[in-house]
Amino acid sequence: MPIVKLVSEYFGNEQAKSLDWYRQNGGYEAARRAIFEMAPKQVTDEVIKSNLRGLGGAGFPTGKKWSFVPADDSKPKYLTVNADEAEPGTFKDRYILEWDPHRLIEGIIICSWAVGIHKAYIYVRGEYVRPYRILKAAVEEAYKEGILGEHVLGADFKLDVHIHRGAGAYICGEETGLLESLEGKKGWPRLKPPFPAIIGLFNCPTVINNVETLSHLRNIILKGGEWFADIGVDRNGGTRLFALSGRVKRPGVYELPMGTPMRELIYEHGDGIAGDRQLKAIIPGGASAPVLTADQVDIPMTFDDLAKVGSMLGSAGIVVMDESVCMVKAMHTIADFFAHESCGQCTPCRQGTGWVYRIVSRILDGHGSVDDMKTLESAKKNMSGTSICALSDGAAMAYGGFLSKFPEEFEYHIKHKKCDLQEKRMAVA
Amino acid sequence: MPTITIDGQQVVVDAATTVIQAAEKLGIYIPRYCYHPGLSIAGSCRLCMVEIEKMPKLQIACHTRVTDGMNVITSSDKVKQARRAMLEFLLIDHPLDCPVCDQSGECDLQNFYMEIGRYDSRFLENKIKRKKAFSIGPHVMLDQERCILCSRCVRFCDEVSKTNELGIFSRGDRSFVDLYPGKELANIYSGNVIDICPVGALTEKEFRFQCRVWYLQSQDSICNGCARGCNIQIHYNTARPYKSEGRRILRLKPRFNPYVNRWWICDEGRYGYEFINKNRIEFPYLRRGGKLDLTDWDTVIEEVPRALKTALEHYGPEGIGVIASPQLSNEDLYLIRKVFGELMGVSDIGFKNPWEKPGYQDDFLVRADKNPNTRGAEEIGLTTNVQTILESAATGRIKVLYIFQHNFDAPEALELLDSIPGIIYQGSNWNQTAERAHVVLPAATYAEKDGSFTNFEGRIQRFCRAVPPLEESKTDFEILSLVAEKLEFPLVYNHPLDLFMEWQGKSYAEMDGFGEMISEQLREANG
Repeated sequence: MPIVKLVSEYFGNEQAKSLDWYRQNGGYEAARRAIFEMAPKQVTDEVIKSNLRGLGGAGFPTGKKWSFVPADDSKPKYLTVNADEAEPGTFKDRYILEWDPHRLIEGIIICSWAVGIHKAYIYVRGEYVRPYRILKAAVEEAYKEGILGEHVLGADFKLDVHIHRGAGAYICGEETGLLESLEGKKGWPRLKPPFPAIIGLFNCPTVINNVETLSHLRNIILKGGEWFADIGVDRNGGTRLFALSGRVKRPGVYELPMGTPMRELIYEHGDGIAGDRQLKAIIPGGASAPVLTADQVDIPMTFDDLAKVGSMLGSAGIVVMDESVCMVKAMHTIADFFAHESCGQCTPCRQGTGWVYRIVSRILDGHGSVDDMKTLESAKKNMSGTSICALSDGAAMAYGGFLSKFPEEFEYHIKHKKCDLQEKRMAVA
Repeated sequence: MPTITIDGQQVVVDAATTVIQAAEKLGIYIPRYCYHPGLSIAGSCRLCMVEIEKMPKLQIACHTRVTDGMNVITSSDKVKQARRAMLEFLLIDHPLDCPVCDQSGECDLQNFYMEIGRYDSRFLENKIKRKKAFSIGPHVMLDQERCILCSRCVRFCDEVSKTNELGIFSRGDRSFVDLYPGKELANIYSGNVIDICPVGALTEKEFRFQCRVWYLQSQDSICNGCARGCNIQIHYNTARPYKSEGRRILRLKPRFNPYVNRWWICDEGRYGYEFINKNRIEFPYLRRGGKLDLTDWDTVIEEVPRALKTALEHYGPEGIGVIASPQLSNEDLYLIRKVFGELMGVSDIGFKNPWEKPGYQDDFLVRADKNPNTRGAEEIGLTTNVQTILESAATGRIKVLYIFQHNFDAPEALELLDSIPGIIYQGSNWNQTAERAHVVLPAATYAEKDGSFTNFEGRIQRFCRAVPPLEESKTDFEILSLVAEKLEFPLVYNHPLDLFMEWQGKSYAEMDGFGEMISEQLREANG
């Protein structure tokens, strides 16, 4: 499938972040049309028609999410933009913030109009210093030109946008952890229900959308929900930004229609495996997505197709591993990440991530024990479905991928106290 | 109101009830660490998971609201397996040195391990090291290694004491509970965090390593520290007098009463039991040649009635003054009214120390009136002005002055006392009033007798004897009965409960366990 540039249209264009250029190229026309020509309900309907799904990773239908916000609530409503992109292997939102910040702001206006929101917060990952500076300049420019503020685009519609920088925690990308952090508290995810659409930021109804999700709204309003839905496949509308990394010749962000097979991404757009080695494994959607083997490379990249094979599209961060990568080491890296980033609030995640990391470290150090596989398997199981948020489930899924797809590598490490691959390489040499 | 089924039993509860509360109504106890009925829901220990029909995942009972027709199973194999898993996770980094831990015997890690754990350890890794037993306040020690991060103490300081000293720092398995920088756990309710800590992380400086908890005996009682009348348990040990310097009372713990103190008590009350063990009047004393001499009960039980009888014969009831005390029980005060007021005809009976200054008070538990039974004394009607009584005694109109329990230490009071020749003092501890008496009768403390206090709201609450009166001291009831007998007054009371029966028209057994309002009007107003 060809590259379709919807949100990546201006990537690489140095002028696009200036408001003047953006407006000269049709910018804020969608927002203007939504506010002056469409009722809020019509906007939401169009988004429902588009099959746009939450592109932060969970894939929840966006229009449906908006419709959960009670219309008759007397409390103020908030929009929170999740720009805390922290999933390992994921770096797509960064491109939008750096190259095309006004597309995001336009999306914020459209969403706010549809839901009746007058205050939006953008929660930007702490490490994203450059994206933050660019976004901040864009928001300031938008205020100056009357695009944000008391009268959005001159209409009788008020909208304020605040940018908040995170302090470096993966868990603050979890919706409710993000809300807690935004409220100035420790980023501990909340118990659900209630869901943020009913009780969210400052106890008010809140919409939380990812940067990429909101950035699609401009085209959906201009060209219609059906046009967008047609680009993708059934129930997975539009395109997706795939962040390709790992052992490929041309890593980067590629915008492709939903449903593009992984093979096309890796071998055509990514130009194949570095050093022309053999493909061994693929993580298809950020660190939490269970790893796939080389023979699964033809699976189309949609939320539903990947769920069918027990993995997930998640944040669409595709990590490619070749034959020289030790899977015990790969799992060790991921286990280290989850143990480091678990917020520590609930038992299974706090203790489980730490325990798994310690066991895999021990195996890697050559002190594996025959029962380790069984212990890892049961720790994984006990971490699934028992925690407050999805971090524990995600970690357990990731562990499960390595343990079920490459058990022989773990067993070799445990039995021989060293890595199988070192020997193989020695033999080749 | 929804009807829900738990383990096959049905119960009707109101819609705001959670599964854990509904289960409690049926007498089904669901294991928990983070849940506490007096705190907000944390939902983080994940131990209270239960199976709910039509829900694929296990749900936490503390946060799940009941719905009509809900069918809950609290002890299926799936539930047991999940709880065992959570316990295993919690014990990964917990020290397994129960024999040297002071919580041993009242630790929920031990309890639930024996109930639902009982697995063999699979943990081969090194445990995470943290800061061991260190002081975080005047009463509390923290051991971060023993902490399971249930956050009860943190929520207590945020929500109940509203003092915000504690927090959970760092993240993942490196998380730990600690004080915020520059803070100290010195709020006046700090001791409660020890009670709600389910493990040995927070222990009590006054109690740790004084007595293993399985040697403790327990008696329900009422705190005598102020007019609130918080419900408590007295934990004592009478079997091992050679331990802990002979301390009999080892600690006080709050006892739940929804109308008075809920689950809590203040530190002033919690640590205010020293007087039961120390500085006690242990024997009767009689003044001979200007100084108080040790004597025996036979002598004083001759001496006191004779003095009273002489005064009555020569001067009539006006010759006698009585200063009762708001520290005494309703039964004691009722008996004083009976013996002195009704049988002897004495009208000068008061109880309130006019020099006593109101103490600290807050809008939660602590009352300015540091006496447990001021309201009871008022209701029983011992209302003569104490200063007038003392002045009448000093000018010689009153010949025999009978003082109960008071410690008059104001300079003017001491001046008056110095000029009164015939003081009979009946009390539990030595003080400046006792030292100025002619006869000193050793009385029991509230922990050593049965009775009731009426709190400031008018709630009558019963307390029971935990330990016997120290040495030769006797309860006020016993002493007054002996005096009355010598005076040949026809008393028909065998026990304080007979007095209560006469006063309130009912027995202790007929009383509500949470206490009862003193009058019909109050009963109606306060439910």
